Amino acid sequence: MKKYTYVIIGGSIAAVAAIEGIRSEDKKGDILVIGEEPCRAYGRPLISYYLLGETDLARMDYRPETFYEENGVALRLGVRAEKIDPAKKTVTLADGEKIDYEKLLVATGSRPFDPPMEGIESVKERFRFMTKADALALDKALSPEKRVLIMGAGLIGLKCFEGIASRVKSVAIADLAGRILPSILDETGATMVQRTLEEHGATFYLSDSVSRFEGGTARLKSGKSLDFDILVTAIGVRPNTELIKEAGGEVNRGIAVDECGRTSLPDIFAAGDCAESFDVASGTKKVLALLPNASMQGRVAGANMAGGKAKLENALPFNSIGFFGTHVMTAGVYEGEIYREKTERTYKALFTKDDLLKGFILINLPERAGIYLKLLKEHIPLSKVDFEALKTSPAWSAFSPEARERNFAREI
Amino acid sequence: MKRIYVNEKWCLGCHLCEYQCAYANSGIADMVRALKGKAIHPRVRVEDAGDVHFAVNCRHCTDPVCVQSCISGALTKGKDGIVRIDRQKCVGCFTCVLVCPYGAVLPSPEGHAAMKCQLCTDNTMGEPNCVKHCPNGAIVYEVREAAQ
Repeated sequence: MKKYTYVIIGGSIAAVAAIEGIRSEDKKGDILVIGEEPCRAYGRPLISYYLLGETDLARMDYRPETFYEENGVALRLGVRAEKIDPAKKTVTLADGEKIDYEKLLVATGSRPFDPPMEGIESVKERFRFMTKADALALDKALSPEKRVLIMGAGLIGLKCFEGIASRVKSVAIADLAGRILPSILDETGATMVQRTLEEHGATFYLSDSVSRFEGGTARLKSGKSLDFDILVTAIGVRPNTELIKEAGGEVNRGIAVDECGRTSLPDIFAAGDCAESFDVASGTKKVLALLPNASMQGRVAGANMAGGKAKLENALPFNSIGFFGTHVMTAGVYEGEIYREKTERTYKALFTKDDLLKGFILINLPERAGIYLKLLKEHIPLSKVDFEALKTSPAWSAFSPEARERNFAREI
Repeated sequence: MKRIYVNEKWCLGCHLCEYQCAYANSGIADMVRALKGKAIHPRVRVEDAGDVHFAVNCRHCTDPVCVQSCISGALTKGKDGIVRIDRQKCVGCFTCVLVCPYGAVLPSPEGHAAMKCQLCTDNTMGEPNCVKHCPNGAIVYEVREAAQ
């Protein structure tokens, strides 16, 4: 039986960050990555840019080709890990091989989740939009005479639309929610972004869903029907928690971990879209299925696997996403008092409560947005900064001279 | 490593560093041709607030949140400590712009990528051109220690 000091199940962003975290503490211990996808880590959100022609397979690689070799990482790609035995400290692969670990990271990510849909088996060209393989398959199916139906007006569905808009005849997008991007935008913001998407050819069917598929026809709950050639489902995702659950570990919506990335099982860590985080904006534990969070969780878990003392603090939901040049940045929770600024092209909403910035929405106002995120992440009391000035323009002049000295006149 | 530090009390708010930055990164040898009649998009930005003036550019953080947050692997911190952006890999999602607490990673004017200070290692200047031309020593390029 092969034995590794560090075994990582999953080969995506959290795994890469964990490798870097491990190597920040331990330059020698051997590392094995077991990845179900048959390729090295790539920027998963880049799949829409691939369809758009703004990147290519080589540039999508998340790290240089030499990364794994330089870090002494062995790869077992294209094989699924089936079982963890926490007592014997082994991982069993789908091909029957057993691997011993000293420290294990579960970074299994999430998978698309489609609710049962009547007649779905009658749809000939059906795709999802999570992986490179999904994008390559969809890429082959696209052609200028085809009509596409995307189910789901969330981040994944709409980025898919951006990727394919100019490559097909038409795109219809349906969602049960009454507005697009319901998880990150309010009504005003959603209306603005929807207009941009409509200008690029999207037809929306909101507060509506498919009640039945009949081959290339979708019968909607509203009574409308839609003819299409290609169906993309982007309805929701579920964390891949089964390995930990079956091994007897604590699982809520995601795998339960502490701020060091430890699961309830000894020497087993979890990071990325499969694991929970403590969201400082809402004060609750939740799955923050976002790439930067996966990276930060992976880094912390890796460092702790190798004996370090890292903690993930200040986790919170934030997104920066563009559609046809319209940039949307959001963070935190939308509660408390609202400060709003709106023009034809831009929108700003700042949500404040208890002397804190709790959340924000910025459309086409990217410049220096990180200053708002800093206020939010670090729980900076608004009475300690010139918030009146910050409302209109994020700037360091609104902070104290001492804060500026610490940040601009010292190493940071 | 040597980084750019701000001596805030010496800053006149003249914005010369911004012009020197735009020139350094223009790829044009003649400064007048590089800047005259053009909107500049410098990677260093001067803040003016009443009597307070200071220049902001990338801090080249020891633990850079922009690198950790990059969705494409375009941002890296080199062995020399410099945080660089590979504009060929960047898809312009601006996650780095959203996470930089200094507001020092900026959208490129053409919109398809982010841009940031790389301490003039990505042009022909050899050393930070903003520092070299600051008339009052308000920005310096040297080794300092973190605040206690």
